[in-house]
Amino acid sequence: MAERERSHTRPRGAVFVPRAQVMSASDVHRAITRMAHEIAERNRGLEKVVLVGLQTGGVSIAEQLSAALAEVEGAAIPVGTLDVAFYRDDIGLRPVLPEAATDISFDLTGATVVLVDDVLFTGRTIRAALNALGEYGRAQRVELAVMVDRGHRELPIRPDYVGKNLPTRRDEMVDVSGDGVSLGELVSR
Amino acid sequence: MSPFPANLLSMDDLDTEGIAEVLAVADSFVEVGRRANPKVPALRGRTVATLFFEDSTRTRMSFETAAKRMSADVLSFAAGSSSLKKGESLRDTVETIEAIGIDAVIIRHASSGVPARVAGWVDHCSVINAGDGWHQHPTQALLDLYTVRQALGGGDDGLARFVGLQVLIVGDIRHSRVARSQVTGYAALGAEVTLVAPATLLPPSLEGWPIAGVSHRLDDVLEKADVVSLLRVQSERGSGAFVPTLREYTAGFGLTGRRAAMLQPEAVILHPGPIVRGVEIASDVAELPASLITEQVSNGVAVRMAVLFLLLGQGPVEGAHGG
Repeated sequence: MAERERSHTRPRGAVFVPRAQVMSASDVHRAITRMAHEIAERNRGLEKVVLVGLQTGGVSIAEQLSAALAEVEGAAIPVGTLDVAFYRDDIGLRPVLPEAATDISFDLTGATVVLVDDVLFTGRTIRAALNALGEYGRAQRVELAVMVDRGHRELPIRPDYVGKNLPTRRDEMVDVSGDGVSLGELVSR
Repeated sequence: MSPFPANLLSMDDLDTEGIAEVLAVADSFVEVGRRANPKVPALRGRTVATLFFEDSTRTRMSFETAAKRMSADVLSFAAGSSSLKKGESLRDTVETIEAIGIDAVIIRHASSGVPARVAGWVDHCSVINAGDGWHQHPTQALLDLYTVRQALGGGDDGLARFVGLQVLIVGDIRHSRVARSQVTGYAALGAEVTLVAPATLLPPSLEGWPIAGVSHRLDDVLEKADVVSLLRVQSERGSGAFVPTLREYTAGFGLTGRRAAMLQPEAVILHPGPIVRGVEIASDVAELPASLITEQVSNGVAVRMAVLFLLLGQGPVEGAHGG
């Protein structure tokens, strides 16, 4: 589960208890390399392609994808970060706080934006991200890359690049870190 | 982490963590302010009212801009043209405003304690103190802290550098709500505050004030200062009667060119505005790079957006779990 979910999910102070590791660090690395190839294949030459990682879980995945694209295609792909807190549809329903300020230092007008997040769940974060993105220019196209697609979509949103499709129960949590991907539960202390 | 308070009446409502939270959220709103379209839908459908019973341009405009940039609707209440003129009591006015369905009221009043009284009368609406008498002006202190944190490098590192920071608050402490909020805020972050004023412009008692010291001579303390925070001589609150002449005040406590030259190279100058050039600050000193007066004004909008967002955007603590 993304950092975003963990810090906003109450009860406060609950801890993630992993049950099973579903991807090792090297599995994640291999998935990144494959997704980089897929992005390069679909966007020939990678011209006008930019990566935008969602705060906070998507940022490190976006940076790893950029490094892999540099290795695969020799292209320097700019990376931005996006925080969607002010665009969420649950403001006023539960505590919503920004994780870090958005940092997009390039104009998105005419660009192909690959949105990057660690876990795709209900799709509501991506809906908010699409609205937020519009404030930084009119992108030619927006694609979505996620490390884990855990299902349970509540909106008509689908990813273009997926590290792993992982069937889950709604009450489970998926944790993506430098050590890989784990499935577990959030337990209140 | 304790939940954010329901009202912001005084800096005492926020603990160190609460202050840090406001400053961190303000970072995001500073970024929003830099965009071509500096508006977010965060408070769509919320209504805030400004109730100003005392003159103000910057604070009122700053709050109204903050609310509008978050897509809230803003009602602007001018005491001079209201039913108060017809004899309606403050309590009835406030209850009327609540019945209309306002989510937050932003109050400025010449009497200390009015926002706290109003907070006791309303059930469903948040109250923000935009300055009450000599008591408190919490958002001014927060925007000062934000501006200093920015000058210290910003983020958590900037925040950590408040510890041991030498802060001078210079001027009419006695009549200043800003000073009272500033002292609490700086002390909460670990800074050491020295009050600098003639004895007549200090409050009768400083018992319980979290300060490092008091000085009656600005020249003695300027050299060690990291932050010099000036206050206006508030003639409308009668502070003119507490000093023989404004010229004498300037001679002893004004930040003149000679005094600005005594400051450390990294020291910064703040002033809550409106500045009276030639009295508490020399005109050319206000234009020095060390003077952060315009930064304070622009940061003020972001900090007030953060306060409004934290008060109105959070919902119940036991929320559903989304994704």
